[in-house]
Amino acid sequence: MASRPELQAPPEIFYNDDEARKYTSSSRIIDIQAKLSERALELLALPDDGVPRLLLDIGCGSGLSGETLTDNGHQWIGLDISQSMLDIALEREAEGDLILGDMGQGLGLRPGVIDGAISISAVQWLCNADKSSHEPRIRLKAFFGSLYRCLARGARAVLQVYPENLAQRELILGFAMRAGFSGGVVVDYPHSTKKRKEYLVLTCGPPSLSSATPKGKGEDGESGSDEDSSDDEENQSVSVSDRHRPRKKQKLNKKVKGREWVLRKKEQMRRKGNAVPLDTKYTARKRKARF
Amino acid sequence: MRLLTHNMLSSNIKGVTNGFPLRIEVEKVVEKEVDLNMDFLRNMFAKIEWKALVEASRTMGYSELPDDAESSMLDSDEFLRKFHHALLELHLEEGALVCPETGRKFPVNKGIPNMLLHEDEV
Ligand SMILES: C[S@@+](CC[C@H](N)C(=O)[O-])C[C@H]1O[C@@H](n2cnc3c(N)ncnc32)[C@H](O)[C@@H]1O
Repeated sequence: MASRPELQAPPEIFYNDDEARKYTSSSRIIDIQAKLSERALELLALPDDGVPRLLLDIGCGSGLSGETLTDNGHQWIGLDISQSMLDIALEREAEGDLILGDMGQGLGLRPGVIDGAISISAVQWLCNADKSSHEPRIRLKAFFGSLYRCLARGARAVLQVYPENLAQRELILGFAMRAGFSGGVVVDYPHSTKKRKEYLVLTCGPPSLSSATPKGKGEDGESGSDEDSSDDEENQSVSVSDRHRPRKKQKLNKKVKGREWVLRKKEQMRRKGNAVPLDTKYTARKRKARF
Repeated sequence: MRLLTHNMLSSNIKGVTNGFPLRIEVEKVVEKEVDLNMDFLRNMFAKIEWKALVEASRTMGYSELPDDAESSMLDSDEFLRKFHHALLELHLEEGALVCPETGRKFPVNKGIPNMLLHEDEV
């Protein structure tokens, strides 16, 4: 098993062009990001009135999670520390505004203006000290303090995290509480090592009926089964390089991209000033298998 | 970056007490048409710092917003259209955001402001 990405390199190094590329080429990663974001948005429990909200996506990366927000009609601002990941978001034509920034330095946003925040598989990165100047506790404090301030009163933040161990989860949750949040951890499929997912569900302001932590999925042990065994621990899979993946799978992924995708990519390359072959009836045409 | 986001961003440099609004230096503006959503505009209006939006939109070459605005104006279609355009359709593609207190420049490339702080600014 590959070790946790957090232990390999700082995020702006780990999420380089190669790693970022997987966020458009691996249908598995795309699928997992979409599922986690759907669930995070559900846990955000925005009023069911059809009004688009202004949301924050912390560690927005390639914009996959943001796409879920867009699909649900919301406006969003995304923050990420990796230029490579944000470049992918541009390529995917993410509809939110993107900011290159480090959540550990605090979010530079005005107080009380954001209607809700999500974060998918990003906040555990704060527990690492990647530079000599990094002190995880100070960075966690800066992050949660600034998150609390920029959210409207009563608004929620739902942070899906992969803590390394119990102590790390306690550390993260502790700083959230100290910043003034109420809430707790929702664990989906706690009995499945593969499907288990943790969400910090935080409400801005003192505990109330609405800040009670919702129930996790599959808590009673039902459906922790293999019904969806492809959805395994993303944190392991993202750190596995393509080289180690079964060949068949890679080929399968390629097939998914049709003519439309190829044309769009070519157009993007042209806009960047690259020399790109003309589009013809042969472009992205299926080839006969020849043996 | 749209002016919606500009209106929310403030300079986060250590010791800065009022980092809002960031001054905009324009190199390139692009306009992208998006559908107008009245509910969103109504919901946002109360949170917008109007003076900053007016100023920012003028810097970006759009000077149709009135100097002052109050919520009753949201009943006017014409006002909504202008508000919508300034907030969501003008993008700062290349340029910089400048901290009003320290003059520190945050470059904007490909529409993405680089808000990363140097170690001595944290
Ligand atoms: C598993 S990826 C999630 C990607 C994203 N949800 C998407 O749809 O592509 C985690 C992201 O967190 C970002 N990240 C890690 N540490 C960060 C920090 N201190 N500040 C901002 N972003 C950070 C990484 O750059 C990476 O893009």
